[in-house]
Amino acid sequence: MATGQSCYRDEVGLRVNLSVAVQCMRQARGILAGEIYEDENRGLNMVELKGLVIDNPKEGIFRVHRSAMTSSEILQMEQERIFNKCWLYVCHESEVENPGDYRRRNVAGRPLFFVRGSDGKVRVFWNTCTHRGALICRREAGNAEVLQCFYHAWSFNNRGDLIGVPDEAGYGAGFNRAEMGLKSPPRVDNYRGFIFVSFNPDVEDLVTYLAGARDYIDLVVDQAEEGMRMISGSNRYSIKANWKLLVENSLDGYHVKPTHKTYFEYVTSLGIKTGAVQTAFGRPARALGNGHAVEEHEGVRGRPIARWSPLFGEETKEEIARIRARLVEKFGEQRTRLMADVSRNLLVYPNLIIIDSIDITVRIFWPITPELMEVTAWQLAPQEEKGELLARRLDNFLTFHGPGGFATPDDVEAIESCQAGYKAEGVEWSELSRGMHREAIAEDELQLRAFWRQWYGYMLGLGKVDTKDPLVRERQPVAS
Amino acid sequence: MPEARSRGNDKSVPSLREEVEDFLYQEAALLDEWRLDEWLTLFTADARYVVPTTDLPEGDPKKDLVFIDDDMVRLRARVERLKSRHGHREYPWSRTRRFITNVRIKLAGQEFLVTSSFLVYRFRMGDTSPYVGWYEHRLKQVDRELKIHYKRTVLDMEALREHGAVSIIL
Repeated sequence: MATGQSCYRDEVGLRVNLSVAVQCMRQARGILAGEIYEDENRGLNMVELKGLVIDNPKEGIFRVHRSAMTSSEILQMEQERIFNKCWLYVCHESEVENPGDYRRRNVAGRPLFFVRGSDGKVRVFWNTCTHRGALICRREAGNAEVLQCFYHAWSFNNRGDLIGVPDEAGYGAGFNRAEMGLKSPPRVDNYRGFIFVSFNPDVEDLVTYLAGARDYIDLVVDQAEEGMRMISGSNRYSIKANWKLLVENSLDGYHVKPTHKTYFEYVTSLGIKTGAVQTAFGRPARALGNGHAVEEHEGVRGRPIARWSPLFGEETKEEIARIRARLVEKFGEQRTRLMADVSRNLLVYPNLIIIDSIDITVRIFWPITPELMEVTAWQLAPQEEKGELLARRLDNFLTFHGPGGFATPDDVEAIESCQAGYKAEGVEWSELSRGMHREAIAEDELQLRAFWRQWYGYMLGLGKVDTKDPLVRERQPVAS
Repeated sequence: MPEARSRGNDKSVPSLREEVEDFLYQEAALLDEWRLDEWLTLFTADARYVVPTTDLPEGDPKKDLVFIDDDMVRLRARVERLKSRHGHREYPWSRTRRFITNVRIKLAGQEFLVTSSFLVYRFRMGDTSPYVGWYEHRLKQVDRELKIHYKRTVLDMEALREHGAVSIIL
């Protein structure tokens, strides 16, 4: 094993652009996918990315090398080639409702905060003083007209302008206060209340980036009459597993029945029939471009918008019917059924999950090490939803989701178990070929392959790649 | 009204404090020993068990997101789940040890409002995860026995960093 300095600050496509001679040399030395080796010309530790994903549609084989989940070199490259390149979800605008409201949040390990200025605009700033670097926001959240750094008392207004420097006369002519305001990440954009940043100044615009995922965000946001809001209280927990395993788990319909047996037992005990799920919509799994993906299914439970269930109580029946009628009037029967009756787990690449099912869970997670991630999850609800319907929504969440739910803890256990299994090393590949030969359904792995194909594309420096299964027709979206 | 207690020299009658502390220790023992069905008998039929999130300790389950908000139907289902080999996060069961201190007792109408500090260690699969926080127990006397009418478990940690879940009863 090489001992040289680990370094990937290099041109994109480092591995694929290597000269043929070097590639031949590598082959001669028998360097394998995921292996760390020393580049003799440069004295650097390299990880062999090529071959980490085996994608062979003709044979129906799709495999991922497990070093993708265990290697710190690969995590370092993900930071540069994925998290520094893509659009990343930061927050929902409703989290800072009033002028002056601020909240801090780490994104890809970088401290940020977002604040609604006195002018009503939501801005995202690096959470660091432009003077010597101390964190500006040290409270989790608050409201302020002026944000003052505690170290030397530099003061910024809630639009980011530097408005106060103690003993400013101590600075010379080169000091320009106007240039010393709080700094924002290169790109910040808002799609229907969801605020994203990119650390890549050249990233395409957000709507183009969202590609086919956009319509699925619309399906969520359109459920509300007065817009969506994030409910206060969040789930913050860690999982001792690689972050990509939670992407897989969040999109994976195959595990639901076996892993969540106790959840279905509980639901059955409440008098809900779990066996007779209608299949009129077909349970499609779809690649949405850019690595985004979705799996759709029909749930067995009621939803505040807008599918009444006896468990919700007679007193909510009329209100739910009224909400449904409003949706039909605005969006038509077909799209209403899609909103109200069909559940979906959506990935907005690389790490935002929106689970629009018995509730609307928004989940984001960041790698800390190859074997540890930090997860935060919230609940989204229509602004106008109050009282019993909101209580039903929250109750729905608690039955399945969250660290105290009847299902999420077992998902945590499952992916920690995978991570623990990788230590065996004797089995090098994970198998993700399910449904590659057919029109894929939610219980297949097409949606996982879409994620992995784009992951592989970014890691190799190829940019956007085609993420669909190439040889089979994809199930048509339910809408349209 | 809860019965008046002897404050005299009669050592054979436990003081209210002794009775309440014994009750809390007994609850802790039942949970540490995974005697969950017996633990359920400590509750009144209309009881509630609530665990707010770490970032909103005062969270109200009616309008805020919490970790757990169980009535007795769901609490019984939670126990069934924990006893099942399909409750994967606790199969096999973790080892736990509960420490309870700083017990304070107030009379609140028909109930005793009892607050205490806790430290619950959980050990499993090579991991050690300590849950730290405080309990609010609202205890009622039913047929001369104390019963839990409401239990709220408030966590002091900033997040479930080592824990990954609230898979045990806290």
